[in-house]
Amino acid sequence: MWSGRQGRLRPVGCAVEELRCRWREREAALRKARREQQLISKRLLRDDALEETEGGCVAMTLGEAEIQQFLGLAQRGTEEKEREKALVSLRRGLQHPETQQAFILLEGSMRTLVGLLTSNQALLQLEAARCLHELSHSEQSAVAEACLPATSYLLTYLSGHSSDFIELCLYTLGNLIVESEAVRRQLLPQGIVPSLAACIQSPHLTVLEALGYALSQLLQAKEAPEAIIPSPSAGSSVLGSTLPQHILQLLQPGPKLNLGVAVEFAWCLHYIICSQVNNALLISHGCLSTLGLLLLDMAGAVQRTDARLELLACPVLRCLSNLLTEAAVEIVGGANQLEDERVAAALFILLQFFLQKQPSLLPEGLWLLNNLTANSPSFCTSLLSMDLIEPLLQLLPVSNVVSVLVLTVLCNVAEKGPAYCQRLWPGPLLPCLIGTLAFSDTEVVGHSLELLQLLFLYQPETAEAFLQQSGLQVLERHQEAAQLQDRVHALQKTALHR
Amino acid sequence: MQLPPGLHARLGGPPGAAEPLPVERDPAAGASPFHFAARRVRFPREHEFFEDGDVQRHLYLQDVLTQVAEEPERPRVPEFTCQVAGCCQVFDSLEDYEHHYHTLHRNVCSFCRRSFPSLHLLDVHILEWHDSLFQILSERQDMYQCLVEGCAEKFKTSKDRKDHLVRRHLYPADFRFDKPKKSKGPATPGATVQGSAEALGDDGEQSGGDAMEVSSEHAAPVPEPVAERRTYSHRIPSTICFGQGASRGFKSSKKKKNQQ
Repeated sequence: MWSGRQGRLRPVGCAVEELRCRWREREAALRKARREQQLISKRLLRDDALEETEGGCVAMTLGEAEIQQFLGLAQRGTEEKEREKALVSLRRGLQHPETQQAFILLEGSMRTLVGLLTSNQALLQLEAARCLHELSHSEQSAVAEACLPATSYLLTYLSGHSSDFIELCLYTLGNLIVESEAVRRQLLPQGIVPSLAACIQSPHLTVLEALGYALSQLLQAKEAPEAIIPSPSAGSSVLGSTLPQHILQLLQPGPKLNLGVAVEFAWCLHYIICSQVNNALLISHGCLSTLGLLLLDMAGAVQRTDARLELLACPVLRCLSNLLTEAAVEIVGGANQLEDERVAAALFILLQFFLQKQPSLLPEGLWLLNNLTANSPSFCTSLLSMDLIEPLLQLLPVSNVVSVLVLTVLCNVAEKGPAYCQRLWPGPLLPCLIGTLAFSDTEVVGHSLELLQLLFLYQPETAEAFLQQSGLQVLERHQEAAQLQDRVHALQKTALHR
Repeated sequence: MQLPPGLHARLGGPPGAAEPLPVERDPAAGASPFHFAARRVRFPREHEFFEDGDVQRHLYLQDVLTQVAEEPERPRVPEFTCQVAGCCQVFDSLEDYEHHYHTLHRNVCSFCRRSFPSLHLLDVHILEWHDSLFQILSERQDMYQCLVEGCAEKFKTSKDRKDHLVRRHLYPADFRFDKPKKSKGPATPGATVQGSAEALGDDGEQSGGDAMEVSSEHAAPVPEPVAERRTYSHRIPSTICFGQGASRGFKSSKKKKNQQ
């Protein structure tokens, strides 16, 4: 059930160190792009097995004359095999940016390619689609935008039956979608949303994963919250279609759940939800319930598989956290579904998993924990009765961001009154707290002070213990800090006037 | 991070929430200079909180992160021929055959043997080309439906429909699956004229005209639609043969196939 699917693009013959180096470079580039809000990625579907059977020699760049020759042969050749081979040669050449540039500058080239794409010869059609796919993957806008004449056909073919072909069309569309707003301004009136809504009923996992990818690209667009997600005046929109119901169906845990497919659609949901257009609609479709069950399912799978669960966990956690802030949740009673001890268990199992595999996701998990504990006495009680406070404390040293979140959750528990604080002390909490007070980060210390105040207020004996454990000396370090001094003095006063 | 024993077991246990401890707040809690207030937090799309997760997502998209299971090798099989009558294409892989079948044999018009990329376009074709009732009705009401999935508009003529496709849906003016029909007369179900929702035209040729001439010579119109799910078959009573004397059943159109 949780078996992932091999990425088609395998780096060929790279040493491990080289791989790591590439990974670091890519990561740095992506972070930069993200900060500039220019995060764009395309997927390339290249069949390595196919490459091998074609003789495995390195693809050469092609010049204008050769492109013209291959196109001519493909279009007008007499021998069927000859025509196919010509297109294959073209496609391999198009793996190179230089060939791509030459192609788009050649007059009539796209027209010919579209003609081949719409021919009734299946293998020519497939090769033409592969050529188009290579072009769509280009980082050069001019190259990708040169593919626009083909989009109406790509959309038409989505309602066909050949799953490989549809998959290819979907990845090509996904790459084009992310290229520019101009491209999307053409694709939307051409009916991309209804086409996807029809195609999502396909039983083929490869098609579904590709569709999820294309849809996630569409939803990630800057103008998505205004133009794509809600119901605009003309044409249809994502929330106005049957897509949400189908997406939720594809995220139902069970034997049919496929990780690759689920990852794509979970990201789709995240983009919809964090755009905050109409989350009440999603809640009415049972989104909270589905995601809650999925959370339980993932936690259960953690021990059984080494599939990359974090790829799915991230968007699911985000969706749940954001949904919990919707007013509709109170009305539907959705939050109560999540006040289940199993949810607490699942979340902590996932937190442990993140600590081992992907520590950068700890803040996201703790964010959900905050949203679950903030307004819920029941959930806070669960944390206490299930002995989850101590594991939580073990996360304090991870990073400042994590410390702040852990302290916030602890405050959520403590602020509910004496019954809760009684269960927080005695125990490891106070020594840990004195430890965090020694941190230099102002925000961490600030949150520690808030928690101390609550403990002193609701469990007065903690003040005594605090003094005995040399808490005052630690407090003194911060009595000059502008953002902290008022609170420090207040605490000193409280502790000393016991 | 040490989890309490039995946590996994609790996960698999029955649903259940703890009976909440009594809540009792003191107004001094979180009072100045303190300011803590428990509240749910939401993050909008572009918030920097999402940076790490977003970067991970994109690394995955760019395939820099490796995935887990190996994709099964595509098997090469001994060469075999397409089993559809009259088709002699040969294949050595199931995927290629699947695509060929779906492209050429799946959505085939049983009147004129043209194939279409989708069921929808096939239905529209049959309606507009082979249904005499359509011709009659279209004189009185808008019958030409928009080809775009999800658009419910209908038009008086196929030209109006084309204009709509171009203006509203930004379709190319020479969209290959919408060639206008030159009408021979209202009662002709025959496929010997150009029609709307044209079949996949000839390989790579831009003008549909030539392709239509060639195909029509050899694709004999079959008056009795063969049992596929042709929803319009009931409009043509089975006893009526439109005087063309064509035999029933598939007539193989060898020339068209040989062009591939």
